[in-house]
Amino acid sequence: MSTTPSTAASTPLNVHALRDQLHALAKRDGIQRWDLGASCSTNASVQVDRGEAKQMKASQRSSITVRVWNEAGLIGITSTSDLSQSGLEKALTGAKEASRFGNADDVPGFSPLATAPIPELDRPLQPAQGIQTLLTNLKAAEHDLLAHHQAIETVPYNGLSEGSSERIYLNSDGALRQMQRTQASLYLYARAEEAGRKPRSGGAVRVALGSQELDVQGCVEEAAQRTISHLNYQPIDTGRYLICFTPEAFLDLLGAFSSLVNARSVLDGVSLSQVESLGTSVAVPFFSLHDNGLHPGHVGAAPFDGEGTPTGRLCLIRNGMLESFLHSEATARRFGVDPTGHAGLGAKVSVGPDWFEVGTSEGTSSGTTHLHHATTTEPFVLIESLNALHAGVKASQGSFSLPFDGWLVRGGERISVESATVAGDIREVLNGIVHLEADAKVTHQGVCPHVWVDGLAITGEA
Amino acid sequence: MPGEGRAFLCSVLHNRSLSQSDGLVASHPAERHDLGLDPGQTPWKSRLEALLGEGARAGADLVEVFLERTDHIGVLAEQDTITSVSPSFGMGAGIRVFRGHRDGFVSTNDLSDAGLLLALDQALAMLSLERNSAASHNTFEGLKPLRDFAIDKHQWLAQSPDLATSTALLLQGTNLLQRHGKHLDVRRGSYSRDWQEVLVAASDGTFGHDIRLHQSSGLSVLAADGEHRASIGRRYGTTDRPDDLRNWDVEASAIDVCSSAATMLYADYVDGGQMPVVLANRFGGVIFHEACGHLLETTQVERGTTPFANQVGESIAHSAVTAIDEGLSAGAFGSISMDDEGMESERTVLIENGVLKRFLSDRAGEMRTGHARTGSGRRQSHGFAAASRMRNTYIAAGPHKPEELISSIDKGLYCKSMGGGSVGATGQFNFSVEEGYLIENGQLGQPVKGATLIGEAKEVMPRISMCADDLDLAAGYCGSVSGSIFVTVGQPHIKVDSITVGGR
Repeated sequence: MSTTPSTAASTPLNVHALRDQLHALAKRDGIQRWDLGASCSTNASVQVDRGEAKQMKASQRSSITVRVWNEAGLIGITSTSDLSQSGLEKALTGAKEASRFGNADDVPGFSPLATAPIPELDRPLQPAQGIQTLLTNLKAAEHDLLAHHQAIETVPYNGLSEGSSERIYLNSDGALRQMQRTQASLYLYARAEEAGRKPRSGGAVRVALGSQELDVQGCVEEAAQRTISHLNYQPIDTGRYLICFTPEAFLDLLGAFSSLVNARSVLDGVSLSQVESLGTSVAVPFFSLHDNGLHPGHVGAAPFDGEGTPTGRLCLIRNGMLESFLHSEATARRFGVDPTGHAGLGAKVSVGPDWFEVGTSEGTSSGTTHLHHATTTEPFVLIESLNALHAGVKASQGSFSLPFDGWLVRGGERISVESATVAGDIREVLNGIVHLEADAKVTHQGVCPHVWVDGLAITGEA
Repeated sequence: MPGEGRAFLCSVLHNRSLSQSDGLVASHPAERHDLGLDPGQTPWKSRLEALLGEGARAGADLVEVFLERTDHIGVLAEQDTITSVSPSFGMGAGIRVFRGHRDGFVSTNDLSDAGLLLALDQALAMLSLERNSAASHNTFEGLKPLRDFAIDKHQWLAQSPDLATSTALLLQGTNLLQRHGKHLDVRRGSYSRDWQEVLVAASDGTFGHDIRLHQSSGLSVLAADGEHRASIGRRYGTTDRPDDLRNWDVEASAIDVCSSAATMLYADYVDGGQMPVVLANRFGGVIFHEACGHLLETTQVERGTTPFANQVGESIAHSAVTAIDEGLSAGAFGSISMDDEGMESERTVLIENGVLKRFLSDRAGEMRTGHARTGSGRRQSHGFAAASRMRNTYIAAGPHKPEELISSIDKGLYCKSMGGGSVGATGQFNFSVEEGYLIENGQLGQPVKGATLIGEAKEVMPRISMCADDLDLAAGYCGSVSGSIFVTVGQPHIKVDSITVGGR
């Protein structure tokens, strides 16, 4: 049906018209210096429940953020979803008004790299399949998952979506960035229950450039395997354990403490790192961490950040030593370096990681050969996923206390852990890594091998 | 009262250039629903009736349109400087079509006739329906008379604090933190104001209009001394009180934050294990919110993720527990005049003396589970379909004094201040403790940090054995299937006989 949301057919932003419009409005209002970020997107998604469509959703969204610098050089900002002439006018007026409260001590500027060449990304736009096809495919995936084990009764959290989006950056010095991308995702979280036992759950996620490229079968198999593996569960004794983090779990933990490598957080005093931390040891000598927004596995890759700075690969930790921070234009200026392509767009510009790559530093080794999550015979706890990071992580203190899903592994046998937490300090974790497995896994949030840490505290119900 | 214990400020100087209120202040009631949502178009009632009629004739059992305009401002002060002022405004529509037990939902920023028709067509197509197909005998008899909950609220945006006022107050706050605190590396104050105008219309005749105003302010610090660090924050929020910020006792807040930071800076990490705990009032109510509240939403019944699905009339908690969810408390962060499906808010007794009484239900929940609507259909914005969600949720006061709860424990944990939490697909919940104290021989002992409490609702609810007489509520935000919404949590001091305390 022609009206079925077709994500690949989204109307592109008219970047030149928008630039001319803003230029004229700014000139009229006596605004010499401005920049703008805009985005529009279309998305379609479905959810199912035991063979029936539960909900089908589609959206068309647009937004712009305008920043202006006033006569005193102070910056103001306003955002709106109204891309009409009047919306743009109101946003510009609002930004000018807000600039009266701009921070004179820390004024963001245009990125010096906002007109530098940006990388070519090999991310061909994918056609949308349409919502009815999504529904058919998700029903089939749910059916397959339910058929994997009689204890799997429902897949309460599921979704299949596809969408396209476009983003632009413009400034009054002539910078003009534009990108389009398509993206699709599938998640399946099953719930299983056996007689007289507690319900258990497990799930999997896949992302791709288009819904036709999604590894649906892989997602079903992984969700089923994970759910089934938690059916046999036991409480665990409280104590300290040898821990193996799955790539997903370790990336989650690292992401929650990304203020360690965030220049904005450092300058704000809320990071465990200080300006002087650069060049100091923060992890075991064989540990390396890069941020690589251009990684081929990064489906949501963008060639530029919110300030128009090109995206790239940046070494953050090499041989356990802190090598560099993530930067915006303003923080980079304070540190005397180039911006790194990790900025948002704001009156106070936020900085954040893009796509972490965790690995063993070149030419180094943990010196450990006997640890592997699939073959190690000595007892350890394999942490599959960490929960409630928003509540259990104190990034500025370095501490965490988090519920987790995982297994106690003894002699190769996995027993799912019932209701337990893992606690520690991120500095102890990074300095307590005993091994990084050789094979890194590309997840939907980064690249990482299984990571082994000794001596973390686990609280259980036993 | 919910979210109280503080007050708010200030002189009323509104900056019109940052608002969108002009369209609201119509001189004639009949013109009010032009609303400025889409100036120059036909009045909203006739436009909506035309849209709903198209949907009904196409064969939809029900069509619902949710229109909104928003105006937000966020302000951040750090140390002695305003470092961010972030205004935003927007508008949009969410169109939902029901057919049988299925529904399709489309959201858009395009409020033109063509834009809304396109969205309707997309929603219909999701259910294999099409306009002008002449296949349906469904009729639409027009909208009922408007239920206008916004009559007295048109000046709220203009009456809320302007930037000069809010920035001045935040700087006063960070200055007071400096005055009352020690070892403070970071001092922050923040303020947000969310104004929302909504218009809800459905093909069953529902036609409601409301204006909501939520304001929240907070202070936080990071204290550091050598290797010792503590981050403490407090947040306060009210709804529908434009001038409430002027009454905020910012000095009392600063003293409270600094006192907690000083205590927790040198606190040891808690030893984990199973133990009895006493949870303080106000934000201690996060335990009921996470452990049980979410499981009493029909959304969870639909998913099959609540253990209480077939237990109405049965005991699911200790007889000491009576729990309520309501949207009526004046000024409370979770209060609403009408929900996001146009239903007037109400008081819903969830659990009475341990017995399950009701579920929280929205339109889809009623259709799919049979539980009658409770005025609990809520959503973050037009980008989300409404779902059954909590409002002001609390455990009712009991007969005890807080000291009695503590004195009944030989060895346990007193949780004075709680952080956030969550609940998963199996009913396992968790939440963090920001400020805790050991209980030893019935007395409060040394402060401890780093505790996370976890458990399962079916096991924990019967273990809430004592409730004190000091019910109080606190403002919070709840993120779930229909986005992030304003809520309050609350309780008196309560005792849980045994729970897993995660620590080191």
